[in-house]
Amino acid sequence: MLELRNICFSVDDTAKGTLGILNGISLEIPDKTFTVITGPNGGGKSTLAKIIMGIEKPTSGSIIFDGTDITDMSVSERAKLGIGYAFQQPPRFKGLTVRQLLSLAHGNELPVDECCAYLTNVGLCSKNYLNRDVDSSLSGGEVKRVEIATLMARNLKLSIYDEPEAGIDLWSFAMLIESFKTSIRNTANSVIIISHQERIMQLADKLVVVADGKIRSQGTKEEIFPQLMGEFDPGCDFRGGA
Amino acid sequence: MNKTDSSLLQAISDLHEIPAGAYNIRKNGEGHSRRSTANIEITTKEDKPGIDITVAPGTKNESVHIPVIISESGINDLVYNDFYIGDNADVLIVAGCGIHNAGDEKSQHDGIHRFHIGKNSKIKYVEKHYGEGEGTGDRVLNPTTEIYMDENSFCEMESVQIKGVDSTLREMKAHLKSGAKLVITERLMTHGKQSARSNVEINLDGDDSSAQIISRSVAKDESVQVFYPRAVGNAPCRAHVQCDSIIMDNAKVRSIPEIAANNEFAQIVHEAAIGRVNNDQLIKLQTFGMTEEEAEEIIVQCFLK
Repeated sequence: MLELRNICFSVDDTAKGTLGILNGISLEIPDKTFTVITGPNGGGKSTLAKIIMGIEKPTSGSIIFDGTDITDMSVSERAKLGIGYAFQQPPRFKGLTVRQLLSLAHGNELPVDECCAYLTNVGLCSKNYLNRDVDSSLSGGEVKRVEIATLMARNLKLSIYDEPEAGIDLWSFAMLIESFKTSIRNTANSVIIISHQERIMQLADKLVVVADGKIRSQGTKEEIFPQLMGEFDPGCDFRGGA
Repeated sequence: MNKTDSSLLQAISDLHEIPAGAYNIRKNGEGHSRRSTANIEITTKEDKPGIDITVAPGTKNESVHIPVIISESGINDLVYNDFYIGDNADVLIVAGCGIHNAGDEKSQHDGIHRFHIGKNSKIKYVEKHYGEGEGTGDRVLNPTTEIYMDENSFCEMESVQIKGVDSTLREMKAHLKSGAKLVITERLMTHGKQSARSNVEINLDGDDSSAQIISRSVAKDESVQVFYPRAVGNAPCRAHVQCDSIIMDNAKVRSIPEIAANNEFAQIVHEAAIGRVNNDQLIKLQTFGMTEEEAEEIIVQCFLK
């Protein structure tokens, strides 16, 4: 189980002084759950994901994973505990093939058929991609799908996907939804997805709405989803505070 | 051949033993062994040190290896190798120089290679440079390459210098006739106090000639690198120059890609970039459980692959 206790994160801004990005977030992610974090752009969702992975360090608060305080642990220490993170904008690598990247993710050389299975899960025709470099010759959507496959190739206790749907075409998206469904059924572990997509929210055991660096609401999708739809009405404060 | 020789040979040409096909092995400034074949003739030059390699027209799928190994300290070796590739041939040429310098005197090899590539011929040229040895003597390699490409010929040149060469000055010059295509891939890593300079000049003289120069380098420690690739379009032609360097520690890198067009229909593009290892790349690999150092090593290895 992952537990966030009163997480704050602020940055120094020359014009505005100290800027609070996350303002006291407390959240529990139980085992074997599928949690979707949603909310307006700039609300702090991605920062929260990076804080769980250790890419950013919270200004205050603590993170407990399976009973261990991991607040001061590095990214690679957390990775070894079984936490994984798929970037919203994945980096590209010159000279590194898709197969090598998947093997690095997996921890050792992956057989061709396993690589192909991971790629098929994210809607990539595997034969065409295995030996291609993960560089600028791949489109944004292709890199993004390879990124998602790197998480599926790992044996994780907690997988975090930051807007996996961004830049992915409709056909591949349907495939991706199926893969997420399967991975939820097959794994004993937890998944956190940051998403704005209704179809992804529909998969959730738990929905969390983050806005202005705080948790606005959380609960089952049956509880939260109707509120969320209401908040998109014109005139609501969902779109900018005030 | 002793153990040192074999390991040098392997480092520069992936050879475990005497290669199949034509070969000429040069050791410590002298010819060591040689084999010509029916289609590839290797002869000693009479006026200066070096060899002539003559490939008969129409020779297909044959290879010639011409490695140079230097295992003594204080050797200063200058050699002229001329390649005459007949028309309609398709051959692989593997060159390279490995220096093992166990002493405190400088060991140097200056290889001057001239290629005359016949019409419609296709060659792949691979050159690896490598240095090792516990001595304090410098290991110096200064290759000069001249390429004359006849109509519709194709040449792929791959040069690699990954380790242990203290100083290198690489000069390359090419002239391309109509329809000729030249692809140069250069990979270089310098470390310690090493220095490397690479000057490349491609002259696209014939209609529809094309060239591509891809240079990737990593500069570590206190090392210094200078790249000066030039593409000159004298006819309707296409050329692309790409220099990409990763800089680390206290290294210095200069990259001066130059493009020149002397014809209205010349299309020449250059790109150049120097930068540290990308932070997102490092973090991505750390999310797989690697340390920052392990991640960096993989990124550099792949970049130079």
